[in-house]
Amino acid sequence: MSPRPAKSPIRVLIAKPGLDGHDRGAKVVARALRDAGMEVIYAGLRQTPEEIVRAALEEDVDIIGLSILSGAHMALFPKVLALLRREGAARIPVFAGGIIPDEDARRLRRLGIRAIFGPGATLEEIVRTAQQLARGPS
Amino acid sequence: MNRRPRLPAAAQALVSGDRRALARAITAVEDGDPGADAVLKALFARTGQATVVGLAGPLGVGKSSLVNALVGYLRARGRSVGIVAVDPSSPFTGGSVLGDRIRLERSADDTGVFFRSMASRGSVGGVASATRDVIRLLEAAGFSTVLVETVGSGQVDVAIHEVATTRVVVTAPHLGDEVQTLKAGLFEIADVFCVNKADLPGAEVAEKDLSELAALGTARDGWRPMVVRTSAIAPSGIEELWTAIEAHEAYRTASPDRLAAERRRLAAEIVERVRDRVAADLARSLDGEPSLAQLLDRVVERSLDPRTAAELVLAARARRR
Ligand SMILES: Nc1nc2c(ncn2[C@@H]2O[C@H](COP(=O)(O)OP(=O)(O)OP(=O)(O)O)[C@@H](O)[C@H]2O)c(=O)[nH]1
Ligand SMILES: [Mg+2]
Repeated sequence: MSPRPAKSPIRVLIAKPGLDGHDRGAKVVARALRDAGMEVIYAGLRQTPEEIVRAALEEDVDIIGLSILSGAHMALFPKVLALLRREGAARIPVFAGGIIPDEDARRLRRLGIRAIFGPGATLEEIVRTAQQLARGPS
Repeated sequence: MNRRPRLPAAAQALVSGDRRALARAITAVEDGDPGADAVLKALFARTGQATVVGLAGPLGVGKSSLVNALVGYLRARGRSVGIVAVDPSSPFTGGSVLGDRIRLERSADDTGVFFRSMASRGSVGGVASATRDVIRLLEAAGFSTVLVETVGSGQVDVAIHEVATTRVVVTAPHLGDEVQTLKAGLFEIADVFCVNKADLPGAEVAEKDLSELAALGTARDGWRPMVVRTSAIAPSGIEELWTAIEAHEAYRTASPDRLAAERRRLAAEIVERVRDRVAADLARSLDGEPSLAQLLDRVVERSLDPRTAAELVLAARARRR
């Protein structure tokens, strides 16, 4: 039953792991992805890696976006990737946004986070990258 | 022994508890992927027994919070629950934000719960039929109780709730919703009214108003809607809500009209499928057909009217058969 028809909307999970108190940035990104025609499953704040992966599998998303401000990215992002691998779902691309130092960003990319956006990234950039990642190599 | 034909691999995986197979089959239904047809055909014999509770009501009255409370209540009693939460797609971009999942508080390893967010995508009829098929997939996967949440945009709600076995219309105090709800056509479909946010002032008045309205209305199929008061966040009244739902389920299953109602629903589904197929075939065969282009030229210059053009197209098709 794969691949999905090209005209079907991209399904994306937006989640915010960790203990951050607000999710303004994640909501702005969610709305931008919606306006680009995607179906955005918004999982909200304080999601554990287990909850994120479970939601991604139940919702059968094409791509996952994680947002974090609290600095726990080095603990939480690799956990999400490891759980996806364990579930045989490593091909779901994961991108991330937040305040992530360059050194950490390099390591996270090596671990398999496909794209990382800092506070300076434009919404256009994020949308374009998400579309490319979700549609796979064309 | 009850012998059943061998299932296609995707259907077999779904039946034996493979959650990703279930998730993918749901996607195929949503996408209108022909792959979904084989699965649904194979699984149809295993469906039709589930309790399907529809929750409809205006924005923000607490439907998702109630779903969460009901899931907790039902899980504590050992029942597995499937949830479908439908939100509208933007008619302009086709996109949507599906946020009902936020309210779900389940431990990540509870396999007795399966939550799926759905965008309404195209037509009202389309989402209703997709929802019906997704419910069938959930039931075949072992979720014998299914909760369906829809946002209060009258038409969509009413269409989707034709697939529910018990319809709960949710309101909250001081929304001025009673009138709105009536207008949206939701009042007529309710088997149970739920006044949520009972922890806020005004809930008793709202309950009383609704009870009076419900008493005025004519009973549908002999059932008079029950009214319950809940607080999804306290939580309170959840047991009463489920008891009311079960009362309606018991009434429904004991009803002498049950089989006739089922026949009506399935007849409507068959007709709808035939119509969709004929329409799709027709659209495909008309696509790029020169005679249509010629007719169209005449319609554009007003030397032919659209009705006569349609008759000419049909006559031409009949001759070609
Ligand atoms: N005081 C009070 N607030 C509630 C109750 N139930 C839900 N809420 C709050 O109402 C808001 C909306 O709740 P949801 O459960 O998302 O409502 P909904 O009807 O699913 O909303 P939509 O899907 O957006 O239409 C949230 O802030 C909830 O915390 C309740 O029983 N009492
Ligand atoms: Mg909701």
